[in-house]
Amino acid sequence: MKSLPLLFLGIFATLAFSWVGIILTNHIQMRELLPATPELVDAEGNPIAGPTYPDPNSRRQLFGRNAPDENAYPQQLPGAAKRGKLVYEQMGCLYCHSQQVRREGFGSDFERGWGDRQSVARDYILQERVMLGTMRTGPDLANVGLRYSELWQHQHLYNPQITSPGSTMPPYAFLYEVRRISENRGPHPDAIEIPSAFHPGEGYEVVPTQRARDLVAYLMNLRQDYELPEMKFSE
Amino acid sequence: MSATPSIVSTLSPTQSAGDPIRAKLSEVDESMRNAAILFLASAVLWLMAGTVFALIAAIKMTNPSFLGDHEWLTFGRIRTAHLNAMIYGWGNNAIFAIAPWLMGRLARTRIRHISILYTAGIFWNIGVTIGIFGILRGDMIGVEWLEMPAYITPLIAISYGLIGVWVIIAFRWRQSGHVYVTQWYLLAAFFWLPWLYTVAQIMLVFEPASGVVQSLTNWWFAHNVLGLWLTPAAVGAAYYFIPKVLGRPIHSYYLSVVGFWSLALFYNWAGVHHLIGGPVPAWVISAGTVASVMMVIPVIVTAINHHLTVVGLHNEGWRSPTIRFVVFGAINYTLASLFGSAMALRSVNEVTHFTHFTVGHAHHGVYAFFTMIMFGSIYYMMPRLVKREWPSAFLIQVHWWMCSLGIVLMVFALQVGGWIQGLQLNAIDEDGTVKYTFMEVVRNTVPWLWIRSISGFMIMIGHIAFAINVFWMLLPVSKSSSKSGPTLLTKETAES
Ligand code: HEC
Repeated sequence: MKSLPLLFLGIFATLAFSWVGIILTNHIQMRELLPATPELVDAEGNPIAGPTYPDPNSRRQLFGRNAPDENAYPQQLPGAAKRGKLVYEQMGCLYCHSQQVRREGFGSDFERGWGDRQSVARDYILQERVMLGTMRTGPDLANVGLRYSELWQHQHLYNPQITSPGSTMPPYAFLYEVRRISENRGPHPDAIEIPSAFHPGEGYEVVPTQRARDLVAYLMNLRQDYELPEMKFSE
Repeated sequence: MSATPSIVSTLSPTQSAGDPIRAKLSEVDESMRNAAILFLASAVLWLMAGTVFALIAAIKMTNPSFLGDHEWLTFGRIRTAHLNAMIYGWGNNAIFAIAPWLMGRLARTRIRHISILYTAGIFWNIGVTIGIFGILRGDMIGVEWLEMPAYITPLIAISYGLIGVWVIIAFRWRQSGHVYVTQWYLLAAFFWLPWLYTVAQIMLVFEPASGVVQSLTNWWFAHNVLGLWLTPAAVGAAYYFIPKVLGRPIHSYYLSVVGFWSLALFYNWAGVHHLIGGPVPAWVISAGTVASVMMVIPVIVTAINHHLTVVGLHNEGWRSPTIRFVVFGAINYTLASLFGSAMALRSVNEVTHFTHFTVGHAHHGVYAFFTMIMFGSIYYMMPRLVKREWPSAFLIQVHWWMCSLGIVLMVFALQVGGWIQGLQLNAIDEDGTVKYTFMEVVRNTVPWLWIRSISGFMIMIGHIAFAINVFWMLLPVSKSSSKSGPTLLTKETAES
C-alpha cells in the first residue's frame, strides 16, 4: 500500500461508519422514546391507533400524546427491586438468563409462556443497566415476576433442586442465613419453608439476607404485563 | 547540527548518530527483550489462571453444587473472570509482546525507551489483576466483555496508551521502504482498540446510554474486540510467520489488500447479530446480518492467501512448531468465520442463538484461531529473544496434541450439543405446545457439557506443558544445557 494517509483515513473511516450507524443514530432516535400509555391520543384528545397519526394539514406523521388519567409504561422499579437488580448483576445471572421476548413464530418464546407480547425498545428506556442477555441456559426472565410466588423464588435461589430437580442453576445459599431458632423469640417471621430433604436440621431455620430479599423483589418486578402503543398482547 | 536532541528525535528508534539505517533484526530483538519477556511471562501466567477459572466454571455447568457455597466462585463470576483473564490477561499480553516486536522487525527499528514499555506493562497487569479481583468480589459491571469495574479503567487506559504508542513509533520511524500487510493490520488494531474501549466506557459505564442503545454499544464493542483487535493481530502474525518460516513469499499482494479493506469495512457492523430477534430496530439487525454475510469476502480472500502459501510445503510446516500452530489457527479462522456468517442468518440464528452453540463458536474464534496463532508466534519469538532453543520438544508435542485435539473436541461438543439444544428449545407440536419441557432440554445438554469439561481438561494439560517449557527456557540454569539449532518436531527427511 503506497499511500499512508489513505491507509489512516480508511482505518478511521471504517470504524467511524459503524459507530455512527449502529450507535449514534440509535442513540439520537431512542432519546425520543418516553413512557407511554397503552393508547395514545391526538392533539384533540381523540384516541389513535399506534404511536403516530397523520397530520391533517400536511403529509407528515405526528407523535401521539399520552392519554390523560392513564398510567404510562414502563414504570420505575421500586427501591428494593433496584437494589435487587444490582445483586442480579453482581451474581452474573445475565450469563444464563435473557430478558427479552422474541416475536411469535421466532423461536418458542410464546409457546413456553415467557410473555404475551414481544419485547420492544420502549420496555427498557428507564433501565440504568440493560441486560438483554445472550444465553438461555435458563429460561427467559422478562416476565418471571408473573410466574412464581416469592416463596418459590426463595426456595429456588436457596437450592434450585428444591423446585427444579436436575437443574443446572447454581445454588445461592450464601444469600441466606442458616441459624438456630431463637429459644426466646421463636422462629424468625421471614424464615422460609424448606422441604425436609433440604432442611438444615431440627431447630434450625433459613432466613433470607437483605440481598436475597432485594433480589426476589427484583424478580417479582420483572414483568412486561402492559401494552404499549406500538405493541399489543397477542391473543 | 544541534547538540541537544529534541524530544521527538529521542523517541526515534533509529536516532543514534551515524548508525547505518539498516538496524539488524537481532538488534530489534535485543531492544525488545525485557519488555517482551515480561509480556510473555504475564501472558502465560494469565493463561494458566484463565484455564483454572474455565475448568471450575465448566464443572459447575454439570455439577452446580461444586464449590457452590463460595460467593466469590459462583458461576456468574468465575466464568466472567475466565473471559476477562483470557482476553485482557492472556490475549492482550500476547499481542503486546508480539505486535511491537513484529512492527520493529518489519520496520527495522529498534524500540527505544524500553523502560516505558516495561513499566506500562507492569501497570497493565496490575490493572487486570485488580479488575479480575473486583469481578470475583462482586464489583462487576453487567456488560459482556466489559465487566472489569470502573475503578481500573484509568489504569488500564493509560497503560494501554503507553504500550500502543510504541507500535506507532516503530512504524513512524520505519527504515524499510515497503510497508508489509502485517503492518497495516497491527497499525489498524492498535488504533481501533482504544477507540472501541473509550466509546464503550463512556456510553456504558460512565454516562450510560438509554435503553437498548446499551445493548447495541455492548455488541458493537465486544464483537469488535474480537474482530478489530484479536483478529487483525492474529491474521497479521500469520501473514508474517507463514512466509517467513516456509521461506516463500505470500501468495498474492493484491488479495491481501482486498482482505484487509473488506475486513475493515464489514467486521465492525457484524456485532449486532448478537441481538437478532431482540428489541432493537430491525434495520440495524438487517445491516448486521448483511455485514456478517459479507465477511465471507475477507475470510475467503485471506484463506486463499494463507493456505496457498502453505500448499506443497506440508512436511516442512509439520516439522516447525510455529507453522503447525499458525496454520491450525489460520484454517480455523476460515472455518470459524464461515460458521459465524452462517449464524447471522435468521433461520440459523433461530436455532443457535442463546445456546451453547454460540459458546462453542466463541472458543472456535478466540482459541482455535487466535490463541493457536499466538502459540505459534511465541514458539518463533522466544528463541530469538532469549538466544536459546526450546528445552523440550516432547513438551511441545504434548502442548500441540492436547490443545489441538482438545479444542476440536470442545468446539464439536458445544456446537453439536448446542444445535440439539436449539432444536429442542424451538420444537413445537402440532397443537402449539412445546415438545420438550425446559428441564428436559437442560438435562439433554448435560452429557455434552461433560465432554466439554473433558476437552477443557485436555487443554489444561497442554497449557501446563507449554508453561513448563516457557519458564524452563527463561530459567538461567538451562543456559548450560542449551542446544543449538531450532527445535523441530519431526526428523528432517533426506529430500529436504
Ligand atoms: C449456570 C446457569 C444459571 C445461572 C448463573 C443462573 N441460572 Fe437461573 N436457571 C438456570 C436454569 C438451567 C434454570 C431452569 C431450571 C430451574 O428452574 O432451576 C433456571 C431457572 C431460573 C428461574 C425460573 C425461571 C422459570 O421460568 O422457571 C429463575 C427465576 C432464575 N433461574 C433466576 C436466576 C437468578 C436470579 C440468577 C442469579 C442470581 C440465576 N437464575 C442464575 C440456570 C442458571
